[in-house]
Amino acid sequence: MAQLTQRAATFQRTLSAAVSSTRCLSTASTSPISVETSLPFTGHKIDPPSRSVETTPQELLSFFRDMALMRRMEIAADSLYKAKLIRGFCHLYDGQEAVAVGMEAAITKKDCIITAYRDHCIFLGRGGTLLESFAELMGRKDGCSKGKGGSMHFYKKEGGFYGGHGIVGAQVPLGCGLAFAQKYSKDENVTFAMYGDGAANQGQLFEALNMAALWDLPAILICENNHYGMGTAEWRAAKSPAYYKRGDYVPGLKVDGMDALAVKQACKFAKEHALKNGPIILEMDTYRYHGHSMSDPGSTYRTRDEISGVRQERDPIERIRKLILSHDLATEKELKDTEKEVRKEVDEAIAQAKESPLPDPSELFTNVYVKGLGVEAFGADRKELRAVLP
Amino acid sequence: MLKILKQKAVSAPLLRAVVLSSRNYSVSAKQMNVREALNSALDEEMSADHKVFLMGEEVGEYQGAYKVTKGLLQKYGPERVVDTPITEAGFTGIGVGAAYYGLRPVVEFMTFNFAMQAIDHIINSAAKTNYMSSGNISVPIVFRGPNGAAAGVGAQHSQCYAAWYGAIPGLKVLAPYSSEDARGLLKAAIRDPDPVVFLENELLYGEYFPVSEEVLDAGFSIPIGKAKIEKEGKDVSIVAFSKMVGFSLKAAEILAKDGIDAEVINLRSIRPLDRSTINASVRRTNRLVTVEEGFPQHGVGAEICASIVEDSFGYLDAPVERIAGADVPMPYAANLERLALPQVEDIVRAAKRACYRSVPMSAAA
Repeated sequence: MAQLTQRAATFQRTLSAAVSSTRCLSTASTSPISVETSLPFTGHKIDPPSRSVETTPQELLSFFRDMALMRRMEIAADSLYKAKLIRGFCHLYDGQEAVAVGMEAAITKKDCIITAYRDHCIFLGRGGTLLESFAELMGRKDGCSKGKGGSMHFYKKEGGFYGGHGIVGAQVPLGCGLAFAQKYSKDENVTFAMYGDGAANQGQLFEALNMAALWDLPAILICENNHYGMGTAEWRAAKSPAYYKRGDYVPGLKVDGMDALAVKQACKFAKEHALKNGPIILEMDTYRYHGHSMSDPGSTYRTRDEISGVRQERDPIERIRKLILSHDLATEKELKDTEKEVRKEVDEAIAQAKESPLPDPSELFTNVYVKGLGVEAFGADRKELRAVLP
Repeated sequence: MLKILKQKAVSAPLLRAVVLSSRNYSVSAKQMNVREALNSALDEEMSADHKVFLMGEEVGEYQGAYKVTKGLLQKYGPERVVDTPITEAGFTGIGVGAAYYGLRPVVEFMTFNFAMQAIDHIINSAAKTNYMSSGNISVPIVFRGPNGAAAGVGAQHSQCYAAWYGAIPGLKVLAPYSSEDARGLLKAAIRDPDPVVFLENELLYGEYFPVSEEVLDAGFSIPIGKAKIEKEGKDVSIVAFSKMVGFSLKAAEILAKDGIDAEVINLRSIRPLDRSTINASVRRTNRLVTVEEGFPQHGVGAEICASIVEDSFGYLDAPVERIAGADVPMPYAANLERLALPQVEDIVRAAKRACYRSVPMSAAA
């Protein structure tokens, strides 16, 4: 009944708003809406949270916009890579946007996130800009790591984002270390350590989880299960692909990772749990449309039907679009306009990033140390190229 | 000027020989062993900065596998002296992550042999991160523990890692010899904002050295990247680090009887390597012997030799001599182990070769 009244109210607002020719979606209301997640949560050694998620029109519209932005950024990166403006490794996140966006909705910038190399969208969620992102991908000095990191090494410490790591699994003990430091400093914040189904088998993950549980660290392990570790399907790599249960004595939750609201609910739940009871594992059931990286077509180990099937049935952006439309929070045209704006924003950022120069050659020798002690460092021909580290 | 040097007793801590020296140590002659030096350095730095904490196997309740962290759990509590399970990859990663956040961990490896399980975190997670993040994330961490050969511990427990870690940009690598070195360098390492690999030596833990008032002061530290001339000389430069400094000093005494005045340099720092002190010394003596315990190929001595050839070629009167551990995994049998490690007579022989004197001369006037 409450929902009907809500619908009537928003319908009326929509009607009156439709009359005026300019309605700004950013003035959307913050009146609460209750939405059911499409799938229930499954718990391991814990009672799962309710399927009923509190949200607002403003939040749903921002989910849509943020995910559309992330989607557009990754697609644009694909083109830039093919145009050889991005070199080396480029691991794209399109399909998984709901995890990044749902998580951000549940936490603050004082909570920490650390992930592996599929990090562009997480960076954006933590407050990174499109310019910093594209410039870094193209190795320019306006990049978030001044062009010296590349796709896999985005960081934003002031936004609570600790990278951006190239070694599969290493980020999990590092994340537990962040949680250790948060507890040591009595910060009342948590760390989300993200990893994939491939990394889930790494030994160091279990070493870190053991210590996190032993010492009650506020660590939340997020397994982004996109079902393929590079070219190897989960059932070929893991004896037990129920990653949310792999913590054994550590509780876990299986979450529909294509549903931003489910992700938000789970992360909120996990944060409360971790602050009181120590580590918890969240398995996000998600999917990547691209291959493992730009060198992988992504179709030799899975069928095109599977990929298009997920896109049709479970796409995270389409889900939010349907939700917005069914609640009359915006019209189809308004959402399409948002997508056009987002595309324009991305194109402008790319144009700006292309203008950004490559780093100065002297940057070869900067940041090797915080305190270089006036020591000499050498280039390939040490008689030709040497520098004093400040 | 005659210097009176008495032999130090190595294995019996109750026998404390008094070492008098005219220049390099002050005459106050308080004695401290390396273990006490490290312990006091950790204690003082933990007291001065709450962000400093210790983690490692047996560092807490066991009082330290080699008693280096003795008493610290009692003083600072289990939040700051953290006993870890035997999971190097995991706890090293946790230490590095804590350093990312801004704490100042001191991670102990029971020996650096076990650090190989964690070497990805030392190199890829710690050493390279400040560079990859262009200064956004710094890593003020210290990795410390015994390095190199002990006595009779066999092949898997005897490797020296100075050359491996010394190659990595982004790491600082220190190798103390004396108690003064141990105190000053560990304090400097803990205060340093970059990742430091601190290579101790188990056999030195019980050795006593004189320490001055200055060394005992809580504010004391030694600059990173500067070698120390332990003994000045004019005929040949002997460059060593850690335990081999002691051997080199003994070799210098023997050489003196044969009229060879050796200069002994204690590197203290493997990375940055103090090329200018070594070069300046070789430019005075014109001859160089490098001494290390580790494997010879791609070793510290190889780097020093290359450096001297590049920078001071014209000053060399003889090829550079390298003394290093044998090219074999460390054997257990006592006689084979002795053959696998540099001995004082090896250093003496190499110095004589560098001086083109295989036959002892009568003592110089």
